[in-house]
Amino acid sequence: MSANILNILDAAAGNGVMGGQVPKAQRRVIVCAGTGCVANGAYEVIEAFTTQIKAAGIPVTTEFKAEGGADLRLNKSGCQGFCQMGPLVTILPDEILYNRVKVADVAEIVSQTLVGGKVVDRLLFVDPATKKHCQGINDIPFYQRQQRFVLKECGTIDPENIHEYLHHGGYAAAKKAILHLTQEQIVQEITKSGLRGRGGGGFPTGRKWEAARVQKSAKKYVICNADEGDPGAFMNRSVMEGNPHSVLEGLMIAARAIGADETLIYVRTEYPLAVARMRRAVEDARKLGYLGDHVFGSGQALECEVMEGAGAFVCGEETAMIASIEGLRGMPRPKPPFPAQSGLWGKPTIINNVETLAHVVRIINQGADTFKLLGSAASPGTKTFALTGHVANTGLVEVPFGTTLRDVVLNIGGGITDRRGKVKPNGFKAVQIGGPSGGCLTQEHLDLPLDYDSLRSVGAMVGSGGLVAMNEKTCMVSVARFFMDFTQRESCGKCVLCREGTRQLLALLDDVIEGRATGETLVLMEKLALAVQKGSLCGLGKTAPNPVLSTLRYFRHEYDAHVFHKHCPTGQCKALAKPSIDAAKCKGCTACAKQCPVGAISGGRKQAHVIDQGKCIVCGVCADTCKLEAVVGV
Amino acid sequence: MKVFTILEKHGRKPSRLVPILQAVQEEYRYLPEEVLTYVATALDISPARVYGVATFYSHFAIQPKGKHIIRLCDGTACHVKDSIPILDAIRKRLNLSPKKATTDDMMFTVETVACLGACGLAPVLVVDDKVHGQMTPEGGVELVEAVIAQEKA
Repeated sequence: MSANILNILDAAAGNGVMGGQVPKAQRRVIVCAGTGCVANGAYEVIEAFTTQIKAAGIPVTTEFKAEGGADLRLNKSGCQGFCQMGPLVTILPDEILYNRVKVADVAEIVSQTLVGGKVVDRLLFVDPATKKHCQGINDIPFYQRQQRFVLKECGTIDPENIHEYLHHGGYAAAKKAILHLTQEQIVQEITKSGLRGRGGGGFPTGRKWEAARVQKSAKKYVICNADEGDPGAFMNRSVMEGNPHSVLEGLMIAARAIGADETLIYVRTEYPLAVARMRRAVEDARKLGYLGDHVFGSGQALECEVMEGAGAFVCGEETAMIASIEGLRGMPRPKPPFPAQSGLWGKPTIINNVETLAHVVRIINQGADTFKLLGSAASPGTKTFALTGHVANTGLVEVPFGTTLRDVVLNIGGGITDRRGKVKPNGFKAVQIGGPSGGCLTQEHLDLPLDYDSLRSVGAMVGSGGLVAMNEKTCMVSVARFFMDFTQRESCGKCVLCREGTRQLLALLDDVIEGRATGETLVLMEKLALAVQKGSLCGLGKTAPNPVLSTLRYFRHEYDAHVFHKHCPTGQCKALAKPSIDAAKCKGCTACAKQCPVGAISGGRKQAHVIDQGKCIVCGVCADTCKLEAVVGV
Repeated sequence: MKVFTILEKHGRKPSRLVPILQAVQEEYRYLPEEVLTYVATALDISPARVYGVATFYSHFAIQPKGKHIIRLCDGTACHVKDSIPILDAIRKRLNLSPKKATTDDMMFTVETVACLGACGLAPVLVVDDKVHGQMTPEGGVELVEAVIAQEKA
């Protein structure tokens, strides 16, 4: 790396790149309009704000202006990642975050906060652990412990306004890459940063780019993989909804680096809002001459198209995605040749994940060295995890690689919750990381630093970053079955071992869950799982058995209980469940007996109740009803 | 004819088969067999290839769907937060089963979807493109009842 580029990079870093301030005088009301908040009525809240603010006589604008403008700006933002608490309303510069705002609350926010300058306490987030009311993002432990780069602008800028993105230093990196850096310089910088693909495998991005760059071809392609199919992951959706221009900018830099003039964003069809926002971003960029025949006034041409997927998980695999774009069934083909050598229409093609591209922008802006300051040596930078399941705070969590599982799940996530959503201090059982391709992590891994290599060493993987927390009432055999059901449905059918093997694995898991299994079932299952791994062409088949193998490894006792004692320790497997009442805990309140739909529970007031196994239909209502947790085995 | 316009818009290129079928489905709400044959002829590719693509992707339906589409998210987060009892309750209310997704009067189609990416709201139910979060079996049935009542009105 020449000193020359370093200077340019340093200059860019100091130039208020991504993180510039909004004009101080202007007050802002930002309503989150990500998928989650919209579902909870964010658009109605925005409407109510418009009417109420006007009624209060405050000059208001919804348009972004770099300077001046009305006293108050009302705008929507993309997903802020704290979906469970939506709709979220942020008020700046006061740094107030109101959550679960309903239309009925708007009048109070306008009169109290916007006019009166007071905080409406009841709309603040209450930390479930300390019961403390938290005023703004910086007070909420969920945000406090994160280091947000990719997600940073998602919560503040209007995703449908290219000028606001520009004001925050947007497109500076693309401009620099296209006008001032050579292809080699860009690839070198990315290689130096150690950036690894955020979509799953963790392949070094620089190496991928270099492989495509050296190809001699008049036509090359760059594809943005936004086919986020892993159930339980939604970080790519959030970035596309919240900061679509950052994805497009990364894509432009990638195109420049390998010498491509056509790019394509392949978004899954289940994300209609992300599709709309990406399309809008591409259109706006074209209007300003950032795409088209003379990008940034240079002699270079660059085009971008947004394509919708059609609902096939396997299309997240590079070669399957290429087939899908070519109008074929999305089936993978053997590698080599790698797409970098022969990809879309037989031309050199690179495919990068949404989050990877967003990181590229920052690396070009601030330099590889700044990027490497965070994260671990072999996995530099930050990673966004989608934390869901039985945790108090579900949402998107961006932390440096190397952060421990404990920090993410118990501290940022606020602890494990029970069926009713209450935090249980010792409720942690496992997390499933990396979705259907990943594995589970248990209590013993709580202090494991999360990065590509450490996770691989324990039989899991980062994957796209889905992190599903599970409490002690979750049956791990059922979890394995859930993923196997998913992969066997999504197998494209090309490889026999993947197509038939996953189906047989599912049948074997059903045997375990429904009480037909013997010791041999488990042996067969393990053997078959290893065979599917070996005999499949692409990542889907190679990793499909992971959930089975990892639950067998860490929760063997649970399988054994199902197989040898015909008993599901969590009571989740209905065929094996035998609900009973713990006489020591039962106070004889009769609540469960009243709720039982078949009258299977007997026992007088203040006497321990008994369940008649002959009548019981194992519906679990008694367990849900009992406040003392006296009902066990269901 | 609408299909003609769609084909023209995509330049009658076989490489545009997926977007073409998406547009056709938008128009007809499913992919009727005769339209698939027509598309194949127009693009000069075999009907088998068109049918192959139409059946490969889960978004494409070759059976007509009901007027109202109810989609239950069964992604990991929704699943561990008990999405299946919601599905069971709605199917029971509409006399549907895993094998029978559409009601006889063509009013409702009930299907599951792998993940909608709204995991923070799990479990999620989508009724005619409107997302409802933190759903319960009772809440799901209530939403169905509301649609039925609205249809009767």
